[in-house]
Amino acid sequence: MWAAGLNPGPTMLDQGFLKAPLGRLSLDSLPLHEPILIGTFIGVAVLGLVVVAALTWLGRWGWLWREWLTSVDHKKIGIMYVILGIIMLLRGFSDALMMRAQQAVAFGANQGYLPASHYDQIFTAHGTIMIFFVAIPLVVGIINFVMPLQIGARDVAFPYLNNLSFWLTASGAVLTMISLFVGEFARTGWLSYAPLAELQYSPDSGVDYYLWSLEIAGVGTTLSAINMVATIIKMRAPGMTLMKMPVFTWTALCSNILAIAIFPALTAAFFLLILDRYAGTQFFTNELGGSPMMYWNMVWIWGHPEVYVLILPAFGIYSEITSTFTGKRLFGYSSMVYATVVITLLSYLVWLHHFFTMGSGASVNSFFGIATMIIAIPTGAKVFNWLFTMYRGEIRFELPMMWVVAFMLTFVVGGMTGVLLAVPPADFVLHNSLFLVAHFHNTIIGGVVFGLFAGMTYWFPKAFGFRMDEFWGKVAFWGWVVGYWVAWTPIYIVGLMGVPRRVHHLDDVSLRPYFVVAAIGAVIILIGILGFVMSIVMGIVKRKALADVTGDPWNARTLEWSTSSPPPAYNFAFQPVVHDLDAWHDMKENGYVRPTTGFNPVHMPRNTGIGIYVAALSLTLGFGMVWYIWWLAAISFVGIVLVSILHTFNYRRDYFIPGHEIAVTEDARTRSLATGA
Amino acid sequence: MSSNVAMPSRHDGPVATRTWFVATEDHAHGGGATLIGFWIYLMSDALIFASLFAVFGVLGRNYAGGPGPKQLFDLSLVALNTGLLLASSITFGIAMMAMESDRVKRTMFWLVITGLLGLGFLCVEMHEFAELVAQGATPQRSAFLSIFFTLVGTHGAHVAFGLIWLVTMLIQIGQRGLHVENRRRIVCLSMFWHFLDIVWIGVFTFVYLYGVIR
Amino acid sequence: MPPYRSAMTPRTPLAHWARSALVAVPLILLSGCKMVVMDPTGDIAIQERNLILVATGMMLLVILPVMALTVIFALRYRKGRNPKAYDPHFTHSTRIELVVWTIPLLIIACLGVITWTSTHLLDPFRPLDRISATKPLPKDMKPLDIQVVAMDWKWLFIYPEQGIATVNELELPVDVPVRFSITATSQMNTFYAPTMAGMIYAMPGMKSMLHAVLNEPGDTWGYSGNYTGAGYSDMRFMLHGVDQAGFDAWVSKVRSSGESLSTERYLTLDEPSEKVPVMHFATVEADIFNRAVNRCVKPGTPCIADVMALDRAADQGRHQAPRAAASEASMHDDMPHDAMPHGSP
Repeated sequence: MWAAGLNPGPTMLDQGFLKAPLGRLSLDSLPLHEPILIGTFIGVAVLGLVVVAALTWLGRWGWLWREWLTSVDHKKIGIMYVILGIIMLLRGFSDALMMRAQQAVAFGANQGYLPASHYDQIFTAHGTIMIFFVAIPLVVGIINFVMPLQIGARDVAFPYLNNLSFWLTASGAVLTMISLFVGEFARTGWLSYAPLAELQYSPDSGVDYYLWSLEIAGVGTTLSAINMVATIIKMRAPGMTLMKMPVFTWTALCSNILAIAIFPALTAAFFLLILDRYAGTQFFTNELGGSPMMYWNMVWIWGHPEVYVLILPAFGIYSEITSTFTGKRLFGYSSMVYATVVITLLSYLVWLHHFFTMGSGASVNSFFGIATMIIAIPTGAKVFNWLFTMYRGEIRFELPMMWVVAFMLTFVVGGMTGVLLAVPPADFVLHNSLFLVAHFHNTIIGGVVFGLFAGMTYWFPKAFGFRMDEFWGKVAFWGWVVGYWVAWTPIYIVGLMGVPRRVHHLDDVSLRPYFVVAAIGAVIILIGILGFVMSIVMGIVKRKALADVTGDPWNARTLEWSTSSPPPAYNFAFQPVVHDLDAWHDMKENGYVRPTTGFNPVHMPRNTGIGIYVAALSLTLGFGMVWYIWWLAAISFVGIVLVSILHTFNYRRDYFIPGHEIAVTEDARTRSLATGA
Repeated sequence: MSSNVAMPSRHDGPVATRTWFVATEDHAHGGGATLIGFWIYLMSDALIFASLFAVFGVLGRNYAGGPGPKQLFDLSLVALNTGLLLASSITFGIAMMAMESDRVKRTMFWLVITGLLGLGFLCVEMHEFAELVAQGATPQRSAFLSIFFTLVGTHGAHVAFGLIWLVTMLIQIGQRGLHVENRRRIVCLSMFWHFLDIVWIGVFTFVYLYGVIR
Repeated sequence: MPPYRSAMTPRTPLAHWARSALVAVPLILLSGCKMVVMDPTGDIAIQERNLILVATGMMLLVILPVMALTVIFALRYRKGRNPKAYDPHFTHSTRIELVVWTIPLLIIACLGVITWTSTHLLDPFRPLDRISATKPLPKDMKPLDIQVVAMDWKWLFIYPEQGIATVNELELPVDVPVRFSITATSQMNTFYAPTMAGMIYAMPGMKSMLHAVLNEPGDTWGYSGNYTGAGYSDMRFMLHGVDQAGFDAWVSKVRSSGESLSTERYLTLDEPSEKVPVMHFATVEADIFNRAVNRCVKPGTPCIADVMALDRAADQGRHQAPRAAASEASMHDDMPHDAMPHGSP
């Protein structure tokens, strides 16, 4: 009846796959003619077989299932998140090495060793993996482990949800990894902009893998954030008012509130892009009224606050470490808290600075530019507060503190280039250049990554009962710090020379030395990463010598250090009462005595397999949707609903640890403290 | 020695008499946080709807030469729909009052009525969608129609999910009566249901009414 | 007309010297490199470059002391170095707080003012009011109009006054202000010639504008700054700056090329292609740029402006069938950019 207008383009129904049992999956989807991928697959398969064989030979499948995979203990879930993050770091960094190698050789007639179609997937996968499957899991993992202990709680508010959140994130990571061997990944950049991401311009499985992986993982992250906020609001130990919370807990609170505020926008944006690709709707198309610009706005409304979701906990980690290793309370606690809150609020108001060049007009651009700069003020205040914590302190340069100093010298440069890019006319010549890429790597590596390594090193003994090997820890440190500067300084320079990002090859051979130096820097960072892995391995090997018997190896100030290393499943035999900031320091200074009798039974949640089942079904749902295997997707979806409903019929989710068992654990600790004292 | 284990006290006295540990805990593990957790989840869901409303704000007048709200919307049908949903919120409220009075059968009765009203809402909506598609006003036709179907459809999907939840609750109340866990779940469901009602008020105001009277 | 003065123009000899130093020092350090962003030849780009240097300088005022203090404190307060200095109760000082919040605030306030003024003065949509820092704009000089269409994966440049067009070659007369009208066929691109001016997005269904001028002759290049797929890395155009005589000669040369940019030729050109060599078109079909902006070059396709008019009529309760492409009256080529067909007005 109404005029049909232009052809709206193919929908999933047009694809003709309604009847095909394997959708659009075929032998062509396998990279049988790609030697690099075949080699990688063989390597991964061998590694997987080794792990499976080891578990079988050691008879540890039951242990793995009971103690770890189905655990609802925030400590175990936190550790699993961190393990996921480190594994994905290896994948994401391999992508970085490949990109650096390509850009070091591809000049003039030399097109490099990677075809453009591969290179484009690699830079997309690198960004996607590093943000969603490295940075987020590491941050969430550390918050998961540390925060409930810091507030004197026994677990998070929703332990089952915690387990589910982890497995959904892992499921998203697995779906992305599958794209390496079955089909392709997106070739759109890590935010997968429209209109390039529309079906017309990206018809293969790549963008679909991207969208479904991130929708699944995004649900996990949102649920985890809700969990953390509810925990901090409701489950603090008596006496711990908001202004007596450790700064790390404050940053965890603000970061998670911000996460809750932004992930729905990303979920909606991806959902609408999925509809465009599967149902032929017109949200972000060029035809029939669609607006790609809307997509850009929605993803950046998520994207800018997201980097603050990542950096705020890193700032919290720096605060804890600085305070501990200078032997002083953090300088200016109140202003640290206010600065954190101000950063949280402001970060929501700056997203347009990612596309100043889109022609929004001078007044709009100025508003967002100035708002962006204003964030530098509370951030600067924080840096000064750390400085003045060091002032007149008694600084012990253990590894965590070394990371803090490296952060302070590195991150401020990134902050400076950020404020520079916030001036719209400056951005007009630097937008999407390698200068921009250097800026955000500067802040993410110098800020977030250094913070995560500092935090992992700092809390490792608490989690496992022994410290990381110090020599290899220093290899990791110097590898990362020197490697960062060698890798990224040349990139800043070529950015100022006008080189854009995401180019597969360049014509101007005179630029080549910069890229060679950058590649060398990447190799130095690789040494840093391997050093980190070795510091864990050698820590395990030497764990008796590196053992932490007191639970407080660094003479720290917050409540997590009042427990044993590792803490018992119930965290605290008696919930502590808090009187002051730096509660553990306060206890040590003012003569608390650790109770050794009179233990009551502790109420604990049972393990659950539900998280794994739902996440596994989400994985098959995602895989089915990517390949148009509708029956698989439908069954998976119904399965998720049914499993969830059946789960609600389980009313027996808890048990009590009897008092006498707690007494046994606490007596062991008493003995351990006696030897360590 | 356990001289420091005593009941918690609110004020911090001199250091020597401070209590450092809580002797007995009287709240269930994590139980008190359910309502605030669900409320925060609802706020995140509200943000999804806010994003969809924002898309509607930007794309809602792009008819691509096709039909717009004036040509498509039958306000009498929308009024019926709205009446059904608003009524269902009232009946849920009655069910909650029955729950407060510990009247199991009455609670279940009014929940069933709520469910039937919700189901009615969904049927009317699906009828409306079918009519539109039959006229050629499909989601693929224009950005306006894409966001219309998605916004209204997402709301409808939420209602459908609420109905599944409601049926599950009826079974569980039938099995265990107004057990404390069931009560907590019904409170969450009621928050969910009323939230959907509020979103619907936004939908019929900005999408239907505003589109037609513009 | 009053002499043009941007916020960046030094008002005193000292300021002029300081700015020259700010510009010269990094250039000396980086000399020998092709610093096309830091040593550009277009007035707009030069002003943008100066902005980068000034902003960097202002921030170094804070950053360098912070880095120095970090090192100093780390060394001086190391455990064992200075036991008497250890003061575990030094955890708050209102005076220090005041300083650490105020100084960054003042610097950001200055930067904010600079941002506001420079963003308005250097807005791509704003016509030029000077040729360069030393050359004012002659009173009766009209800008050279150039229309840019970003395609997959090449650049189409149409010179409407001269009636010619090229692919991947932009020839500009030196010291003549240019007014670019920019669109794209399918993807989000950025139109960027670093030596000349900052970039602006070339977007399907929309018309962006850029006002710029080239102050020195020479050969450089331009490209798109937004990744658009397979042919992206080779989507480059040559930028030739020549004097007026050279420009006129070039126009004659293109006019003698014999090719014509008709609708069919345009549609063939629009097919995806990579590494496209330079092409010349001696004649250009009328109104092709406006049809490109409205996405109705192909005959029989409704133009966006027409469709929007239909939509607004539908809002009034009137409905009409959409008309086909190449209709005359409904399109304007001087519509302001933000009222161009996209989204709701």
